[in-house]
Order: sequence, then structure tokens, then C-alpha cells
Amino acid sequence: MSEPKHPARADATSGAVPQVVAPDAGGDDAGPPAVARDTRWIDALVRITSGGWLVSLGAVVLAVLAGSVMIAFTDEGVQEASSYFFARPGDTLAAIGQAVGGAYSALFRGAVYNYTADSFVQGIRPLTQSLTYATPLIVAGLGLAIAFRSGLFNIGGQGQMLVAAAAAGWVGFAVDLPAGLHVIVALVAGVAAGALWGALAGVLKATTGAHEVIVTIMLNYVAFYLLSYLLATPGLLQAPGSANPKTPPMAETALLPRLLGPSFRLHLGFLLALAAVFLAWWLLERSSLGFSLRAVGENPSAARVAGIDVSRSTVMAMLVSGALVGLAGSTQVLGLITTGFSYDIDAGIGFDAITVALLGGSNPVGVLFAGLLFGGFKAGGSVMQASEGIPIEIVLVVQSLIVLFIAAPPLVRAVFRLPQPGRRSPAKARRLGAARRQEVQR
Amino acid sequence: MSTTTVEPVPAPDEVVEPRLVTVVSRKVPVVLAVVTALFALLVATRPRTGDATFRLSSSGDLVALPSVDLPGTATAWVVIVVMAVLAALAFVRVARQRKVPTWVSALFAVLFLVGFLAWAAAGSANDVPLVRVIGGSVLLAVPIVFGALGGVIGERVGVVNIAIEGQLLAGAFCAAVAGSVTGSPWAGVVAAIVAGVLVSLVLGVFTITYKVNQVIVGVVLNVLVIGVTSFLYSQVLVSNPELNSTTRFSNVAIPGLSHIPVIGPSLFNQSLIVYLMYLVVPGVWYALYRTRWGLRVRAVGEHPKAADTVGIKVERTRYLALMVAGAIAGIGGAFYTVVSVSSFGKEMTAGAGFIALAAVIFGKWDPIRAALAALLFGFASNLEGALSIVGAPVPSQFMLMLPYVVTLLAVAGLVGRSRAPAATGQPYVKE
Repeated sequence: MSEPKHPARADATSGAVPQVVAPDAGGDDAGPPAVARDTRWIDALVRITSGGWLVSLGAVVLAVLAGSVMIAFTDEGVQEASSYFFARPGDTLAAIGQAVGGAYSALFRGAVYNYTADSFVQGIRPLTQSLTYATPLIVAGLGLAIAFRSGLFNIGGQGQMLVAAAAAGWVGFAVDLPAGLHVIVALVAGVAAGALWGALAGVLKATTGAHEVIVTIMLNYVAFYLLSYLLATPGLLQAPGSANPKTPPMAETALLPRLLGPSFRLHLGFLLALAAVFLAWWLLERSSLGFSLRAVGENPSAARVAGIDVSRSTVMAMLVSGALVGLAGSTQVLGLITTGFSYDIDAGIGFDAITVALLGGSNPVGVLFAGLLFGGFKAGGSVMQASEGIPIEIVLVVQSLIVLFIAAPPLVRAVFRLPQPGRRSPAKARRLGAARRQEVQR
Repeated sequence: MSTTTVEPVPAPDEVVEPRLVTVVSRKVPVVLAVVTALFALLVATRPRTGDATFRLSSSGDLVALPSVDLPGTATAWVVIVVMAVLAALAFVRVARQRKVPTWVSALFAVLFLVGFLAWAAAGSANDVPLVRVIGGSVLLAVPIVFGALGGVIGERVGVVNIAIEGQLLAGAFCAAVAGSVTGSPWAGVVAAIVAGVLVSLVLGVFTITYKVNQVIVGVVLNVLVIGVTSFLYSQVLVSNPELNSTTRFSNVAIPGLSHIPVIGPSLFNQSLIVYLMYLVVPGVWYALYRTRWGLRVRAVGEHPKAADTVGIKVERTRYLALMVAGAIAGIGGAFYTVVSVSSFGKEMTAGAGFIALAAVIFGKWDPIRAALAALLFGFASNLEGALSIVGAPVPSQFMLMLPYVVTLLAVAGLVGRSRAPAATGQPYVKE
């Protein structure tokens, strides 16, 4: 990394060279391709985190506006009123207001606080629902973030979740253990399965050089068909006496306890997710393993020269990544969907977690908040679909637009006429540089 | 390192012969040996009696070839012996520091396939319909081939296109709507091209103009397109079914060519989109390697600064190439709704864009090889159907898994470390 040696001068010139993206990521130097590709993640990280809260707010506003337009255009009431738009334009506007307002108030009622409920306990239920949905997103997002920081693009979240769910689920219903121990063994089994499935991709990349994107995609499908075989075969995962591809319910002793009593679905997995955030932060920022992972992520050639075993780092990164994604799969079957699961147990979380990790800037605390936001969207979206008849996919649109806009601060600034500073604020660059210097000295 | 022996220091007057060191990968023979051993194990533990019948022609062919009967287990063992010989040959080549020729791997793959089919179909009442297997493979591969070509062009110009899935899906959706409204599949194809180009433009605006990380934009665009198309599907198309029923392209037999035994009916009695694919694959190859435009595209993808220095407009080249890529991927999307079926369904591309991405890397960023990789994939997917006809003694889930395992083996064993265009994934910042 070429750090700004003279902070004062960097301050003075940063306004003049707004096009500087990151000191080392320019396409002007044809280094070894592996290096060139792997700087993308850091580049992105810098870009997302240097956006500033105004840009984030602007991105959310833009995304919500775009969602509103889609709702308004497809709402039947609006279409009806717009057929006589020139006679009574007010009707159209009122219909738009009703459709859009109804949608977003339903989203709020479903995600944060249901102000139409009779009691506070009922009113706060949506918030606990959001936290429940956020749990796997946070944990899996952390897993993918660690892979991203190590320069690996792990798209294998789906497969890692599926094998973890299979392992945790099997221990959960087929093994007899005392309460307390049972749930721990089940969790460990799930985490280990996810870790192994992730490490398999890491080993293939480290030993044969196979591209991790292909390997993880293929392993997703392999895991899916493996699980569907296990679910369709009596004596393995299929519930006895049933022809459906579904497991029996989990044993009582294997369930994650519910945090707020049996009437709320929020389970211990949420606290595990918070612990995982801390663990991931410690691993990345404070441990020597994390340091070598980040070093390989930033520049594998430099890391190799510095004596870091790049192959080992690749395998370890995928192992840790898979373990965290596996934890997400395990908490799902042991905490949320405890009455038996099928091959759709991943519910797209493996892919949603990619967006969570990107929105969180691949840093653990960011992933926590991104996961909470997306969990809220998920909880609110289903209420919106139920009460307003608006397809839940609108949530996907809004989510993806938020990530897209946050990734492009200049666009958001241009839309809102915000001042266009240098792409990367010098203060931040200095802080990053200083932090790195400290690490090197330590 | 461990194999290096300590050589005696040569005496000063001794002439030191320069040694030519070639790096030879041991992966190929190892993979061949492993596959041979596994197949032998399968046949040894699950011997099958009876003959396997390969049907070489379908009813109504001009030239009707007789069906071929092979004794199942015996054929499998003969094939295993030849496979073992080939694997040994590969070991010998590697031991002599020579590369394993491609024909060894290719012959090995074909033999394995014949042997496996003979074993699986032995004693079955049904024949192996070779014509349908080949034709079905091509059909399954069409969207993947188009998507992979779009991916190749994008990466060659220096933009990682993870949004192939989004382009296919957007193309499928727009083709369905436009094809239904106008009643003409051609309008559907045009709409699909427009949709693919639009997705490309969004990708371009964010990655080229705003220099956002290309992988992020690609991933997010996929989610965005899935969201938009699924939302519009649930909200609009479900309640207005007249917007979602297209007229499909019908099959057109090419006179002469379609009468060639075995491959004729399967390759030359297809819809126009398939013929378009036959043209586009060599077309993209020609455009990339034999035209001025292609040279510029590759220059921009390998070394944008050098290209800029000699006067090539990097950003414009990237935009243009991305739009071409989007148009091609869009045609692949149209295949779903104006050839395969006549209506759009939520997320109907089902990950084909990611498979296309895999084909791009598997094909080492070359249009012809990427198309072949896509075909291999289509073939492996289609094999499951053929094997379920003859009632193979393998659970269907493992057959469905086959294409992905084959790709894994191929990528890990035969392709190995792949080298992307040097500037792929990086925004170009003009100084």
C-alpha cells in the first residue's frame, strides 16, 4: 500500500484530484492478474465505508422512491384513477398516496412496531420477528464478509447452509442426548459440516487453482442434490412413515431456547449471532490469522513474499467462512423451523447474505446493522404482502437499490446536489494508513 | 522442493549442460486414474446382465440406421481396460516431462460415457435414444452458450459480468411480454436484446462511469432483476395472462443437413434461435480475434493504459462491448420464453447465468471453448433424462448432481489455474 506520506499535502491536493480511487487499485499497472483481481474487495470496502451517512441516507431515500414508483405504477387503484387523470388529477394522486403510504406503513408495522395492536407486548412483536429473521442473515453475512476480506468470493452460502442444516438436523432428531448437551452437539455438528463444505472449496482452490466462484457454485448444486437424496431416502433424513422429502421434528432437547417466552419466536440464535459479530471482529482485527487473511486479501503476492502461507490462508478463510454460514443453517433448524425441514431450508439466505456482507462493507459491525436492516425488510415485507397484497419481491428491489446507490456515492451526491468531495476523504485515508502502520509495528 | 537432489558442484572445466525444465501437471493422469478406478468399482460391485441398445435414428428419418446392441457389462469392462491404458499413457507422458495431449482426455471422456451408458442401460427394455440425447443437450445449452458469450466479451474488455443471470432473466421477461403483446416471437427477441442491453448499460454506468466494484454491481443487479421481474410477474402478469402467452418459434429443418444420420435431426432440425447460436459463436470468435474492434477490446481488457496511450477510447470501447455482450445474453434469455416454453415464470433461469459464468472461466475466456464448456454442461444435464428412460440403477438425485460434479472435476483436474484478462475487474482511471 502506498500510504500518503505527507498528510498535509494529501489534504491540499485531494480536492484537485477527485478521480483518485484508491492508491493502488488503478488499472494502469498490469501486475499479476491475481493481485489485480483481489484488490477489488478492498477498493469496494473503501468506497462503501467512505460514503458518509448523508450518502447512505440519500441511497435509502432513492431506493424507497424507486420502490414507490413501482408500487404506484402497478397498483390497480392508481391505474383506475389514472384513466381519468386529466378530468380529476387529484384522484390519481390520492390513489398513489394510498397505495404507497399503505405499503410503507405496512412495512413499518411488520418490521418495527405494530401501532394498531392492542397491547405493547403485541405491538413489539414485529421487532422480535425482525431480529429473528436477521439472525441467519447476520451470521451468514459475517461468514461471507470474512471470505471477501480474504479476497475470496464465496457464493457457496447456499450449499454450506444446506449441509450444516442436514448435519445439525440429523443430530437434532436422531441422536439421544441430555438437554443442554444435545443442542450444543447439534450446533457443533452443523458448524463443522458447514466448515468442511467451505474448506472443500478452499482446498480445491489452494491445491488445483480452480476458481472459487465456479467451485462454490457447483458445490451449491451438489449440496442441494445430496440433501434431496438424503431427504428422499428412508432411514437417513426422511421422516419415518412419510413419503415427503421432509425430516422429522427436532427433539425437545435439541431446540435453542426462546428468549422472550414461547409466544415469541426470537431464539438464542440471536445472541449467538451477536457473539459471532464480536468473534468475527476479533478474528479479523485482532488475531494473527485475521491479519494474514487480510494481507492475502489485499495482495497475495506481497503476502507470500512476507512469509504468509497463501494456500493455508485460502483454506482457513473458507473454513471460517463456511463455519459461520453453517452456524446460520444450524440456528435455522434448531431455533426457527423446528418441525422438520426440507431442501428449501436455506430460503435464499446464502445469496441474501452476499448483499448483507456487501452493504456492511465486509466489516463485522457493518454486517450486523445491514443484517438487522434486511431482517426488518423481510419481516415487514411479508406483512406488506399479506395486508396490502403487494408482492414481497419489492423488498428485493429496494434492498438491491440501496446497496447499488451506497456503492456509488458520486451518483447519490449528484442526485441530491450534495458537495462532491474526493472519492476517499484524506482523513480516512490517514486513519487507515495509521492503523496499518500500527499493525505492522505490532 | 523435497524431490530436489543435491547435485555435486561441477568442476570448473566441466561443461554444464543447460537443463530445460518444463512444468508438467500431474493432475490429468491422477484424475483419469481416479475416474477409471471409480468406474471399475461401480461395475464390479453392481454387475448388470443383458444388452444395452443404442438407437441411432428416430422414426421418420430418411436414413434409418439400425440400432446397436452391446452386451452391457462386457462393454463396460472393455472400456475400463482402454481407460486404464489411457491413464497409464498419461502417467508415462508426465513421467517423461511431457504434456498429456488433449486427445487422450477427450477420448477418455467419450469412452467413459459409452461404457457408463452401456452399463446403465444393460438389460433395460428401453433403448438409449442417442438422437434425443444430443438434441436435448444442445437445447439445454443454448441460453448458457449465449450467456457465456456475453460473459466472455465483458471480461475481455475488462468488465466482470456477474449479471449474466440478470440479463438472461430480463431478456426472458421482456421477450415474454413483447412476444405476447405483438404475437410475434421476433418482437420478443428484439425486446430481449433491448432488455439485455439495458442491464448492461446499468452495469456500465456504475462500473465504468462511477467506478463501483464490478462484482458488487453484478451481484446486486442480479438481485434487482430478480426482484423487478418477480414483482411485475406477481403484480401484473398473473392478473393479465394475455400479457404472458407467446407464440413460440417452430422448428425448421435445414434441407440436406437434417438428414445426416444421428446428428442431423438433433442439430439441424431446431428453432431459429439455435441456428443463430451456430452463427454467433464463430461470429464472436471472429470479431474478437480477427477484427480491429476485437483487437481494441482485448487491448482495453489487458492493458487499458497502453490502449489509451495509443488513442483507443477506453470507456467508450468498454461501453460498446458491454452493450454487445448484453444483446447476446438477452437473446439467450429470449430462448426461455419464445422457444422453450411460451410463458414467463418467476426466476425461470434458475441459475443458468451462474453456470454461464462458470463456462466463461472453464473456457478460459475464449468464445469457442466457453461455448463447448456450455455444451458439455448441457450434455451432462441431459444425461439424467436419458438415464431415467433406461432406468439406471443410480438414484436420480445423483444423476442430477452429475453435471456439477463433472464441472468440478473438469475445473479442478483438467483446467486448473486460469488466467483472466489482466485488467478484468478494474475501473480505468485516466490520469
